[in-house]
Amino acid sequence: MSTDTSPQPAETVPPHVPEAKPAPAGAGREKKTGGVLNVFSHGMLVIWAILVVMPLLWAVMTSFKDDKSIFTSPWALPNHLHFENWSRAWNQAHMSDYFLNTVIVVACSLFGTLLLGSMAAYVLARFDFPGNRFIYFLFIGGMSFPVILALVPLFYVMQNLTLLNTMQGLILVYIAYSLPFTVFFLTSFFKTLPTSVAEAAIIDGASHTRTFFQVMLPMAKPGLISVGIFNFLGQWNQYLLPTVLNTNPDHKVLSQGLVELATSQGYKGDYSGLFAGLVMAMLPVLAAYIVFQRQVVAGLTAGALK
Amino acid sequence: MQHGKYRFIVGFLIVPLALYAIFVIWPFIQSIYYSFTNWTGLSPQFSVTGLDNYQRMMHDPTFWASLRHSVIYVLVLPVVVLAIALFLSFMLNVGGRRKKGAAVSGVQGAPFYKIVYFFPQVLSIAIVALLFQFLYNPDSGALNAFLSAIGLGSVQPEWLGDPGLALWCVMAVLMWSQVGFFVVLFSAGMSSIPKDFYEAALLDGAGRATTFFRITLPLLWDTVQSGWVYMGVLALGAESFAVTQIMTVGPGGPADSTNVLSLYVYQKAFRDGQAGYATAIGVALLIVTLLFAGGVLRLGRRERLEY
Repeated sequence: MSTDTSPQPAETVPPHVPEAKPAPAGAGREKKTGGVLNVFSHGMLVIWAILVVMPLLWAVMTSFKDDKSIFTSPWALPNHLHFENWSRAWNQAHMSDYFLNTVIVVACSLFGTLLLGSMAAYVLARFDFPGNRFIYFLFIGGMSFPVILALVPLFYVMQNLTLLNTMQGLILVYIAYSLPFTVFFLTSFFKTLPTSVAEAAIIDGASHTRTFFQVMLPMAKPGLISVGIFNFLGQWNQYLLPTVLNTNPDHKVLSQGLVELATSQGYKGDYSGLFAGLVMAMLPVLAAYIVFQRQVVAGLTAGALK
Repeated sequence: MQHGKYRFIVGFLIVPLALYAIFVIWPFIQSIYYSFTNWTGLSPQFSVTGLDNYQRMMHDPTFWASLRHSVIYVLVLPVVVLAIALFLSFMLNVGGRRKKGAAVSGVQGAPFYKIVYFFPQVLSIAIVALLFQFLYNPDSGALNAFLSAIGLGSVQPEWLGDPGLALWCVMAVLMWSQVGFFVVLFSAGMSSIPKDFYEAALLDGAGRATTFFRITLPLLWDTVQSGWVYMGVLALGAESFAVTQIMTVGPGGPADSTNVLSLYVYQKAFRDGQAGYATAIGVALLIVTLLFAGGVLRLGRRERLEY
């Protein structure tokens, strides 16, 4: 799905410039069609862009300042770049551990989500069997209820299975809670794929399993990428599930670890280190988004449009 | 062949279905059952107490405060977010100066704006909440410093510390983080509206407001409606939990002025050891969610436009 809409004179701003630049077009050139209105509405676009970018830039700027100037002059540029904030956050404030935990948990759950989700979706989309509709709606139903309600008993289910406070447990829960949307999205995707190729593979003697892995899955790649990005962002940014199910300090994930740090920093007062950690957690996803901008947008909006 | 088919179906469904049943369906069913018990969550002993939890809820001022805030969230937030997003995306896609040969065009630099607006959407809501907590800080925060800098030094709100203001501050953060998503979503929808509609309107002399209300909005209605439900569910659930828990002091704000149902469930279950009561509040949250979704779908029902 493309986000470009109309043919436009390409005022292509390089996407890596992180600042909103008011378009140079003044009111002078717009006499014909309500110049005032154009200035007003274009002004709104610029204002919203500034509103979005300023807090982020402010965080980056603050992460290079020392504690004293953070308090005395919040808007001043750093007197010199305090890179030691970053190394302190990375090494002493356990940011490196949180990062590693998040990468492990998200990588495993993303793989599991895509594998299990596509298996279930494939069967539900392409085979007729008693209970097919029931299982499908069972999965879809999960999209509409508040997670927090299930979380209280889930805590004790996890405790009984001795999965509480473990990364394996967190991975399994991430997968389970990602399945409704993944199955929903991929079921409709598999339905759109042509049946003839799969049938040809079966006639050639391939088993159902082999047909799935060697023929259907490669064909479903665009769908897998879309739903994969959606799940990646959701799982990377997850806060509620780890907060409840994973209180072991050694297993904390990024968002959870940062919040923890902020509360304990209240007593120690290492604000510069905290800001460095904050920016550290923001930058990878922002960078990834800028690089894969088109796919991310397509992946996220395709989900909501269905 | 038939035999192989069923073995295959079972083989492929068993693991995902088992995971889903254990971690999603079963806890969900259990929670409804627990809402009728006096379970503390700490010991395995409990007894069924019927509607006691629900009766207690009726007399719990914190529950009513949380419910009121959740209802404010779900009524105000989607409308404001969708309105801003509709305005911005209309500007980006249709609001540009008319050029020769094109009936509609976006403003200059529209792709760039879309990229920027989407930024908050890829950030963790926890990180966004932390960031804004610092911005709102009355002593060292950027907001008050900015007010001083532009000569409004006498206006120094306590922001999150002010019971009358805190709820709106928290809501503004959710607004900030969600508008971009809907701008992009609506832009995608608008780009599929045929250009001849706009050309016809232009020939009839329609202005921008008329074009928006008579052409864009009706044709975009399905997307707006699903966006509305999506935003409402989000405003009731995990996201409102995260911003409230992280940003507001207390937690739940000064005198419960920012508490919401999702946070209150969490507090009762994991702070106060009242798991049974917590699930009853959770059921109330579920009911609010369903009422909202049903309401929007009913309210928004109109003739489907084909194009």
